[in-house]
Amino acid sequence: MSWTWFHKLASPPHAYRILGSLAPWFGWASLALILLATWWGLVKAPADYQQGDGFRILYVHAPSAWMSMFTYVVMAVAAGVGLIWRIKLAHAAAAACAPIGASFTFLALATGSIWGKPMWGTWWVWDARLTSELLLLFLYLGYMALRASFDDPQRADRASAVLALVGVINVPIIHYSVNWWSTLHQPASVTKFDKPSIDLAMLIPLFLMIAGFQLYFGWAVSRRLRGEILRRERNANWLKEAA
Amino acid sequence: MDLQTFFEMGGYAGYVWTSYGLTALILLWNWWAARRFEAEAQLAARRRNELALERTA
Repeated sequence: MSWTWFHKLASPPHAYRILGSLAPWFGWASLALILLATWWGLVKAPADYQQGDGFRILYVHAPSAWMSMFTYVVMAVAAGVGLIWRIKLAHAAAAACAPIGASFTFLALATGSIWGKPMWGTWWVWDARLTSELLLLFLYLGYMALRASFDDPQRADRASAVLALVGVINVPIIHYSVNWWSTLHQPASVTKFDKPSIDLAMLIPLFLMIAGFQLYFGWAVSRRLRGEILRRERNANWLKEAA
Repeated sequence: MDLQTFFEMGGYAGYVWTSYGLTALILLWNWWAARRFEAEAQLAARRRNELALERTA
């Protein structure tokens, strides 16, 4: 098997061009899906029999919580690839993920808190799910602070990659926290092996929103990764054409 | 369904609209920040190229 395609893909000029042509597709598709899911979730989906219209927060809370973990896994895998095979582009991708992931983690915590107030009677409790998600936010912030503390980008890449890899242990802890510990947070209704315990009419907008958020992540990470590539490729000839 | 009942969200208006508003803010922030990050890197690369050209000229 030939690996030329891989080396071509991992070459900065090639990645820069591909990301530039992919980004608009991600962008417009995510906009369409998020708008459709918002309308579906706020208008078309029926109210919950227990939580009334308050449950509609689900459509922004669960997708942002999903993205907070998804982005971390992508970041950790990219950091690991960069560390093991010394691929600069992989480190750049990890760095591009961090601010996006941090913002989704903040959003998951904030919307969860807003949802918790009317349903649980409190903005915050130190239960396993909430605490481990808060730790995820600190991991993102720590990762970015660590990167910023190095002048040499290669040392920043390596040190932050180690932190990203150590922190990935937290992701399964977040996911299974509702099963391992008796928590206030409800257990999973969708991401489990038997049938989802949520009606299809409520499930469709949730999946649409998750798909929209994924594409949105694709757009944002493409833009940021292009920026990271330009910042790293200081004197390369192709920069003349790219910029 | 009339508009007023829609905006009232069965009594959860404050919670639901704040959540969706925050989500819109975070998405807009990401959009702005990612664009700015890319644009600044492009500008810096262009400046470096111009400097390099001046030096060779």
